[in-house]
Amino acid sequence: MMLQVSDLTIARGGIPVLEGVRFTLAPGQALVVRGPNGIGKTTLLRTIAGLQPPVSGRIDVPPESLVYAGHADGIKATLSVNENLKFWAEVFGQKDYSKAIEVFNLGPLATRPAGALSAGQKRRLGLARLLVTGRAIWVLDEPTVSLDTDAVAMFAHAVRGHLATGGMALMATHIDLGLGEAQVLDVAAFKAKPLADNDFDGAFL
Amino acid sequence: MNLNAFWEYANPKKFIQTADRLLPWFAGLAAVTLVGGLIWGFFFTPADYRQGSTVKIIYLHVPSALMAINAWLMMLVTSLIWIVRRHHVSALAARAAAPVGMVMTLIALVTGAIWGQPMWGTWWAWDPRLTSFLILFLFYLGYIALWEAIENDDTAADLTSILCLVGSVFALLSRYAVNFWNQGLHQGASLSLDKEENVADVFWYPLLVCIAGFVFLFIALVLMRTRTEIRARRMRALLTRERMEA
Amino acid sequence: MIALLLRDIRLAMRAGGGFGLGLSFFLIVVVLVPFGVGPQSALLTVIAPGILWLGALLACLLSLDRILALDWEDGSLDLLATSPLPMEGIVSVKALAHWVTTGLPLVAAAPVLGLLLNLSEPGYKWLIISLFLGTPALSVIGTFGAALTVGLKRGGLLLSLLVLPLYVPTLIFGAEVARRGAEGLDATTPLLMLAGITCGTIALLPFASAAVLRVNLR
Repeated sequence: MMLQVSDLTIARGGIPVLEGVRFTLAPGQALVVRGPNGIGKTTLLRTIAGLQPPVSGRIDVPPESLVYAGHADGIKATLSVNENLKFWAEVFGQKDYSKAIEVFNLGPLATRPAGALSAGQKRRLGLARLLVTGRAIWVLDEPTVSLDTDAVAMFAHAVRGHLATGGMALMATHIDLGLGEAQVLDVAAFKAKPLADNDFDGAFL
Repeated sequence: MNLNAFWEYANPKKFIQTADRLLPWFAGLAAVTLVGGLIWGFFFTPADYRQGSTVKIIYLHVPSALMAINAWLMMLVTSLIWIVRRHHVSALAARAAAPVGMVMTLIALVTGAIWGQPMWGTWWAWDPRLTSFLILFLFYLGYIALWEAIENDDTAADLTSILCLVGSVFALLSRYAVNFWNQGLHQGASLSLDKEENVADVFWYPLLVCIAGFVFLFIALVLMRTRTEIRARRMRALLTRERMEA
Repeated sequence: MIALLLRDIRLAMRAGGGFGLGLSFFLIVVVLVPFGVGPQSALLTVIAPGILWLGALLACLLSLDRILALDWEDGSLDLLATSPLPMEGIVSVKALAHWVTTGLPLVAAAPVLGLLLNLSEPGYKWLIISLFLGTPALSVIGTFGAALTVGLKRGGLLLSLLVLPLYVPTLIFGAEVARRGAEGLDATTPLLMLAGITCGTIALLPFASAAVLRVNLR
């Protein structure tokens, strides 16, 4: 069980942004993706999550082992916190979602409609979704946005718990989560070089 | 010539070079055959004994109707090539052909109305053939609107290709549904290879010339428009890159 | 899959879910028709099957952009796409949920509205049968249109432009069944054609919808 990325080139809007990306993620490891805005962190994570095809290169990931969380939480405002979590648990073939409620301290909010939550509480609910999926590889895009210090600690605790049970986490974030064991991947090193202007082939660039 | 050589023309640069060379020939052929065919048809054929001189609109009506359908078929083929082989020129050729096909459909509808007025005493009837062409016109509209609505060129090419595929099936279904719905006034096909009831030879030869003229015109227009689309696409790509580097 | 179906139905029923919007629209269209064509009951009897079919079709069209756009906006669609559910299954379930919350109520309401339009006695049975058989095709085709336009900001009008031509065969055969039924003629042929279209679209169109949705999620 490993996530292995080799010689990956990815494109946004038909234009290559990162090339030659390579890393390996073994059980219990976390990898933090860093880089300036617009470099292609989100594109990289979406490509690894399988939402868009890579231009070239390989992504080796065991089937049915990955879960993705993007900028939006996918929360339905008219469903309660419980109903939201129960839905995602069922989609991923799981039954128990009490641990997720407990880890992110959602118990007091459980019967409230998700629309009545604050931004930070919604984010907590979105992250709690990761725990109900039972998937080993977490792919997270800016998971700590709108979280307060306590909630960030909750999240760090959740990630640590996940890694301790042989899970993996790949995340783009600027906040130091205090995960001592996390490696850092600065994608600015992989920035794609622009092609020559007169190279006018099938892809137009 | 081996088949692989054909795909070289999928390279935009090579395509533009070839189009530049071919375009004057096709444009010239179109001009000669269209002018010749129409003059022959309009002035040097007898009036039909039943329909009088109104029959002469056939030289515009039949070729444009043929090209309206053939343009869609061409879009279907190029869309399939895009889906299977991902050649950008193919998708752009489909995009270039759509407005031409739509105008052909419109010409067929308008000339049909002008012909129908003296013949059937009405500008429009919900006859199956007329209705089918109207529906085809709507399909063209939707297809072009979808191309225009999407910003990313690759996404637009993918979505319109699939729409073209699905649309073809539904257009065919609509054709049969409409036939079932109303039996209609329109005469049978004017052209068919084995039927005895074809139009007489005097009308037939100028008609063939006009059809050839429309085919050449279509090829010339599509070559020209594809060339423009390739350049526009290249420009958008360069602009996007400039924005990203800034 | 069942969880997704139940969630979509529940969302439609809750406040702001738009359940009943299609029904109200159907009612309004049917009420407006006599104002447009005049109150002669003989005329209304003749056009009732067609108007009821057209009204149902438009009511269906009205709610199409909600099938996928809401899930697109809040990010659920990305998450669903990376979930174990196959994309073809997701679009099929979405179409089914749309039919349950829009098509089925329309089928139930149609006979009542038939009364308003003075539908002939034998017409009721055939109207219900034809709508029951035809509205699933409307939902499935509509889901394809919704998948095509999901990423667009003002996709509503484009959605109608794309979907309405695709509705032509279904409308022709559906309305023909209702019309022949109302006039006491044999409606077997159009009924079989209508059933064929529905089966064909349910079997094949989800593949196209899924392909289109994958492209839009890139």
